Amino acid sequence: MSAIITLSLLGILILYLGLYKAKNALLPVSILGLVAALGLEIYAWNQTAEPLYKGMVLFDHFALSFSIVCISLTILILFLSKEYFKAISDNIAEYYTLILFSLTGALMVCSYHNFAMLFIGLEIMSVALYILVGIRRKDKASNEASLKYFLMGAFSTGFLLFGIALLYGSTGSFDLAAIKQYILDNPTSVSPMFYAGILLLLVGLCFKVGVAPFHFWTPDVYDGAPILITSFMSTVVKIASFAGFLRLFSTVLVPLNEFWTPVLMTVVIITLFVGNISALMQTSFKRMMAYSSISQAGYMLFAILSIGPNSASGILTYSMAYGLASVIAFGALILVKRHVGSDQFESFNGLGKTNPGLAFAVTVGMLSLAGIPLTAGFIGKFMMFSNVMNDYHTVLLVLAAINAAIGVYYYLRVVVHMYFMKPSEEPVVSLPINFKVVFIVAVILTIILGVYPNAVIALI
Amino acid sequence: MDNLFILLLLPVVSAIILAFMKSTSAKWAAFVLALLQLGLTIPFICNFVPDASVQFSQSWSWISNLGINFHVGLDGISLPMLILTNGLIPLIILASFGHQKTGNFYALISFMQAGLVLVFISLDAFSFYIGWEAALIPIYFICALWGEGDRIRINMKFFVYTFFGSLLMLIAIIYLYQQSGTKDLSWTTLTQLSLTEGSQRWIFWAFFAAFAIKIPLFPFHSWQPDTYTHAPAAGTMLLSGIMLKMGLFGLLRWLLPLVPDAVASYGMVAMIMSLIGVVYGSIIAFKMNDAKRLIAYSSIAHVGLISAGIFSFSQEGLQGAVLQMINHGISVVGLFFIIDVIQQRLGTRDLKELGGLATKMPILAICFLIILMGAIGLPLTNGFIGEFLLLKGIFSTAEHGVWYAVIGGTTLIFGAVYMLRFFQKAMLGTAQKDVLDIQDVRGYEALLLIIISALVIIIGVFPNCLLHLSEASVSQLLQQIK
Repeated sequence: MSAIITLSLLGILILYLGLYKAKNALLPVSILGLVAALGLEIYAWNQTAEPLYKGMVLFDHFALSFSIVCISLTILILFLSKEYFKAISDNIAEYYTLILFSLTGALMVCSYHNFAMLFIGLEIMSVALYILVGIRRKDKASNEASLKYFLMGAFSTGFLLFGIALLYGSTGSFDLAAIKQYILDNPTSVSPMFYAGILLLLVGLCFKVGVAPFHFWTPDVYDGAPILITSFMSTVVKIASFAGFLRLFSTVLVPLNEFWTPVLMTVVIITLFVGNISALMQTSFKRMMAYSSISQAGYMLFAILSIGPNSASGILTYSMAYGLASVIAFGALILVKRHVGSDQFESFNGLGKTNPGLAFAVTVGMLSLAGIPLTAGFIGKFMMFSNVMNDYHTVLLVLAAINAAIGVYYYLRVVVHMYFMKPSEEPVVSLPINFKVVFIVAVILTIILGVYPNAVIALI
Repeated sequence: MDNLFILLLLPVVSAIILAFMKSTSAKWAAFVLALLQLGLTIPFICNFVPDASVQFSQSWSWISNLGINFHVGLDGISLPMLILTNGLIPLIILASFGHQKTGNFYALISFMQAGLVLVFISLDAFSFYIGWEAALIPIYFICALWGEGDRIRINMKFFVYTFFGSLLMLIAIIYLYQQSGTKDLSWTTLTQLSLTEGSQRWIFWAFFAAFAIKIPLFPFHSWQPDTYTHAPAAGTMLLSGIMLKMGLFGLLRWLLPLVPDAVASYGMVAMIMSLIGVVYGSIIAFKMNDAKRLIAYSSIAHVGLISAGIFSFSQEGLQGAVLQMINHGISVVGLFFIIDVIQQRLGTRDLKELGGLATKMPILAICFLIILMGAIGLPLTNGFIGEFLLLKGIFSTAEHGVWYAVIGGTTLIFGAVYMLRFFQKAMLGTAQKDVLDIQDVRGYEALLLIIISALVIIIGVFPNCLLHLSEASVSQLLQQIK
């Protein structure tokens, strides 16, 4: 809880710093505040977890570990922001504040124990993002993305709220424990209203995590937003939404899994194919990453599809792998775009010769996204696949294998452009120190997680 | 020094060192490090007791929450493969001395060696899979970075194709992992599972697809000729000399003991696929004028015969397979090296443009002839013993053994035809004009060819030094599956 409070106060502090023109203090203060929040989360690890504030929030290991992942990824992303925000706007204090508010919402989504908190968390997270996506006021794409995201987001929130209302109507409570008790008390006579509520909740959450057939906003929004905001959305926001998704289904709705599994299974299969096949066709790296994030969400849904003892740790491992690899990919894209001016695959041409270190980092990131052994992505995929195998969805796994093979094709395309294509002119992409640090940290963590994932798996 | 972990660690460390080296010193450093690796292998050969047990076994807890251990060990089937890998890599590095290659190139070879060693020594399905994939990444980069022609598209096909096969295997491994109540992936646990007929069936095909793509067996071979032809010389040698043995080894180590019932039912299909490959590869090899392509297709024929020997489920067939894997590795490295030398000297490897090289390059011609005899399988060469055992094994297959042996036996005739045609077109006949001032092999080239020729004859005369290693393990494997 103290982390959430710290972050909210930090956001306000940053706003005041912006007001008093202390521009150089913004980044250090934000990062210090985030590190403090991280410390508070780690400190809370050994305390006994109990629902706080009349069962509003619960900081168990599940919530804490996802919060830690979200905060750490935000720190990495803010490290990349040093020169970035200055280049696109004058009012940079707003960026930091909005990112911090959004992160606060994300932490609430990770740790809710009451539907009211889920809703408030999702809204805090999203409203900040609506502004962030459209923050380049004079850019058409950015404005379009913002409007699309806002309309779609508001629409999906409607579904979510309706679902929550129906659940409340049939159980008389917003509390997760109370709703769970209701299901356990009425194993055979759960009211139809409750089932309708589950479906609406499912639709709302699928919108938020961006899986097909509710994914149509994702590519345009990811494409139109500033790259750094895209990386924040596709990592922190997505991971937090998944944490919320899993928390609801694993603690409350497991007994009714025969009802929602077929629905979710269809969603997963459509998502995998839509994400992968669309990503295959892209010529822009940024759009490819947008579609790839859809297909990655499909793999993450595996854990919810067959909830078992390893679901939470599986999704945590997968999220960390995916988050680190995305930070690498988007970080590299910022540098390349700054230099070449376009986010097509061609911008990466010849990077292996002109900048071997950066090319190596991107290669590790891509291999991790593709799920090749010795990277974190493989451990994530292995855990996801073995979760699903628990329930003997063998056909689903074969479809997943086909999709993983398609995925390799487009992830390797970047590698092909970097190593096997000649650069048009001799661009030596400059690699600022803050980017270097982020890349080194992300690459090392990706490989450590890939070789010795024990520490993370044991967390939850 | 008999800690198997050293053999994994050294190539990884070498790869990291080599990656930061300047181009002139890198090749020597790579060669010395590869020799060091070979030297470290010797204690294992000397201390190995040729019985059926698993020796130098080591096990650490790796991902304890998932019950995954890191388990390595050697037996009579994996030791010959380890010797093959660590013995051929120095030769392959030597073979690329003529090309200006940077440290990255040798770093990738070293890293691949680590993957290959892990595949051969692991007794745990998880680490086997890791090694299997870890060997694929470097070879992809070697072939695509230093290859020629339409290398990008061809290697992408190769990568995605084999990766898909591997994923099927991964699914089968995960299924077995769930079946083992103890949540364990070790070879001992997995081979003792009692699986239903239905699950054995699909596990068989999932594993078989992964291995058959890698070997490659007949309908899965379409990536192979293009990839071999467009890869750099060292890449082709790594692929054909060592990497395809991963697939054959996989059949012996994993497929046969994991699903013995399915193997008994579908072994015949696999046998027929292998034999089709023998005939098909040979017939196409007749027609080829590109020397590299010719050897690529001949390789399909040779590995087809090895795989047929494995599916004969007989002592001779399996032992012949283990021996022939080594023989094929040696001779194919030699042949590709000869093609590379010719190409460097003349700028072409098209048989129509070659001729009369024997008078100008006598040492090359003699070594070529010896290696060629080995590949055809003439007595007193290594190929003879291997093919003899394989055919004897195929002959003793329970049903239709005679017919299988007849079809498989055609490899001897076909092999002689296309190999001698190759020799005749390249070495004999009238010399082309620009051949006049050409020089024979010297220095490291001569050394490499003499080593390979010597190995061809030594193994041909004393095959028992390798055969006795695998005897006990093979007979135990056969008992296990019957």
